[in-house]
Amino acid sequence: MRRSRFLILFSFACAFFIGLASACTAGNDTTADSATTTQSTSYIENKGSDTIVNLALAWAEAYQTVDPNVSISVTGGGSGTGITALVNKTVDIANASRQIKPEELAAAQAAGLNPQEFVIARDAIAVIVNPENPVDELTLEQLSQIYSGEINNWSELGGEDRPIVRLSRETNSGTHVYFLEAVVRLGNSDDTTIFSSDTLLLPSSEGIIAEVRDNPNAIGYDGLGYVTSEVKLVAISSLEMPDNYVLPSAATVSDNSYVISRSLYMYTQDVPTGVVKEYLDWILSPEAQQIATDLGFVPVE
Amino acid sequence: MKKRHSGDKVINFIIKVCGYSSILFVTLILLFLLREGLPALANVSLKNLFGTTWYPIEEYFGILPLILGTLLVTIGATLIALPFGVGTAVYLSEIAPKWIRNIFKPIIEILAGIPSVVLGFVGILVVVPFLRQFLNLPTGLTAFTGAILLGLIAIPTIVSIAEDALNNVPPAFRQAALALGATRWETTWGVTVPAAKNGILTAVMLGVGRALGETMAVMMVTGNAPVMPLKWNSLFAPVRTMTATIASEMGEVATGSAHYQVLFFIGIILFLISLAVNIAASSVSTRQRKRAERILS
Repeated sequence: MRRSRFLILFSFACAFFIGLASACTAGNDTTADSATTTQSTSYIENKGSDTIVNLALAWAEAYQTVDPNVSISVTGGGSGTGITALVNKTVDIANASRQIKPEELAAAQAAGLNPQEFVIARDAIAVIVNPENPVDELTLEQLSQIYSGEINNWSELGGEDRPIVRLSRETNSGTHVYFLEAVVRLGNSDDTTIFSSDTLLLPSSEGIIAEVRDNPNAIGYDGLGYVTSEVKLVAISSLEMPDNYVLPSAATVSDNSYVISRSLYMYTQDVPTGVVKEYLDWILSPEAQQIATDLGFVPVE
Repeated sequence: MKKRHSGDKVINFIIKVCGYSSILFVTLILLFLLREGLPALANVSLKNLFGTTWYPIEEYFGILPLILGTLLVTIGATLIALPFGVGTAVYLSEIAPKWIRNIFKPIIEILAGIPSVVLGFVGILVVVPFLRQFLNLPTGLTAFTGAILLGLIAIPTIVSIAEDALNNVPPAFRQAALALGATRWETTWGVTVPAAKNGILTAVMLGVGRALGETMAVMMVTGNAPVMPLKWNSLFAPVRTMTATIASEMGEVATGSAHYQVLFFIGIILFLISLAVNIAASSVSTRQRKRAERILS
């Protein structure tokens, strides 16, 4: 009886020491590896904007061939979600389709961080309708009137006699905030107009595409990279040149003739070093920017 | 002998701890809700908080459209689930042969286990386009769509508990009715169902509670537009529920901000509503027990 108990104790002690020893050697190994950059796997956590998530995934995948020792995990959730995660130090890089807000920056600084901003691509926000809808061009002002609830029927815009069903992303989306400021308020910061309260707030880009595809009454907006051929793009004219209707594309964003376009950002906790810096440098390289172009985004120089 | 006694004591103690801990957890959750949510009353004016506009990124925190949205969808779901749920329970308990009951009841209980996200997908792909075309609505993302899905979610709960209640009606009731010359239909609707009335009410209340707290399926199909549902056709227009609001906005709000406190305040209101439903359900079932005791004595 007593002997067996001793044996159990002894084997536990052995297991403990073996474990301890291997943990020590493992610790030594990783430090040695990161010094000589051989074979160790580094992880980068990347989270935020749903607009950027497909692009970030494509980059993460392509980066495997550039540096197979870096493993990048990408999740969406919205720009606000990503920046909150950055402030909570659970991610290395936050993706955002808007700039960091002053209160978010303050929260980050309070947490001892010094967030750095990188413009990683540009994006056009496409306005989409059902292919059956005869309306194919709108002025920016008409678009503002539609979303603020002043225009409620397609017949007022030269279309059929159908009610307008307005679709938008949820309020935690950077695209929503950008659209509010640039379109609904026409870029006027004193304007306090908000979305008409019957605007449908859908939780995902796919939800918006699906409803526009099925419903001839619907109008929606989404990043150009998300738009499929099952919906119709609407040409938009700027306030300055209301007769010049422009369809969104990489070319019209680059020459600034398409008005609803914006920069996309990545934020790091601090001035990037090591693998995070290498990754961000690669993102700004022509090779990675070509991937952005292929996905419908506009490259940055 | 003495040793066994002390073993009993230990197990007794463990069971006691388990029992008290569940009460403790509920209390702690409630305290947490109150601590995070009540400051909203101080930081947001009452006029704003009980206003009719919900647009939190511009500090419009009117929760009335959300409360009414939840009530509309839940009442709609109850009206759909009540006839189907009770009807199925009566069929299974009174009419169906035993072998059908043995197949159907487990199937219905499996229905209760379908994740609501899956139902939401079915809703988006099938129910939403169908309702828009069939009823000629501007959009199929409506309160009614949500009510149908919530009805489907509530039905298994109602069937399961209502069927148990019907089975608990003493066979002597039915035998007496039949002996007096009542038909099977008269026996079922005149004797058995009224005798199980309180159990059926409990089943409906629990079904309502299930529908009230449901989030995912509702968020996917109701359109989430924070409108006041006060028009005659509001059931066929988009609404935003309290659960969908908390789920879609809690992820990004800054901890401790007014928006964060208001979301917790919505949580308190949801808690109070579901507490009221549960109290109603349990008071009905205790009344039933007292009545049964009176009959037996």
